[in-house]
Amino acid sequence: MTGADLPLWATIPAALLLVIGGLLTLIGSAGLLRLSSFFARMHAPTLGSTLGTGCVLIASMLVSSAFAHRPMLHELLITGFIAMTSPMTAILLMHAARRRSRPSAR
Amino acid sequence: MNMVFDWTVSFAQLCFALAMTCAAIRMLLGPSAQDRVLAFDTLYLNGMLTLLMLGIRSSTLFFLEIALLIALFGFVGSVALAKFLLRGEVIEP
Repeated sequence: MTGADLPLWATIPAALLLVIGGLLTLIGSAGLLRLSSFFARMHAPTLGSTLGTGCVLIASMLVSSAFAHRPMLHELLITGFIAMTSPMTAILLMHAARRRSRPSAR
Repeated sequence: MNMVFDWTVSFAQLCFALAMTCAAIRMLLGPSAQDRVLAFDTLYLNGMLTLLMLGIRSSTLFFLEIALLIALFGFVGSVALAKFLLRGEVIEP
């Protein structure tokens, strides 16, 4: 089971980071659903893809290091990959939306 | 304390499931094509975070590799869709 012998120094920060990351990701996706135009909707999910993913990956790093009794840094791979790739997707989507919303380019 | 941590993991899983539902609704009723691509981006990111929650819950390492693969292929897919919206073709000669 999850918290079989998890020490206290890992449990409390991991729990706080999980709650914060989950709430931020939920707020970001609700903003994706609620905002009115595409250029406003572009901003909302970046809250989940930067802060939410970072909080959850740090919490996962803490928990797996506490279980293995040595520092486990595999999650840094995912963090670096998401931090590199999500701005590229955002830039391409913004270019596409600007070009498609301009009436002369059609 | 451990029960508190279990409830925390369940709460985070519930949050990610609701976020995936929001992204799926936006993907279904998005008025333009770039809205759907943006919703797809959010959807695969939330699915990756849900898999990380499963990895924390079962304390094994292979969910990390699945999460890395989901991030890789989701990035490739959303970049290909955005490039198609931008230029009309994905790989230009």
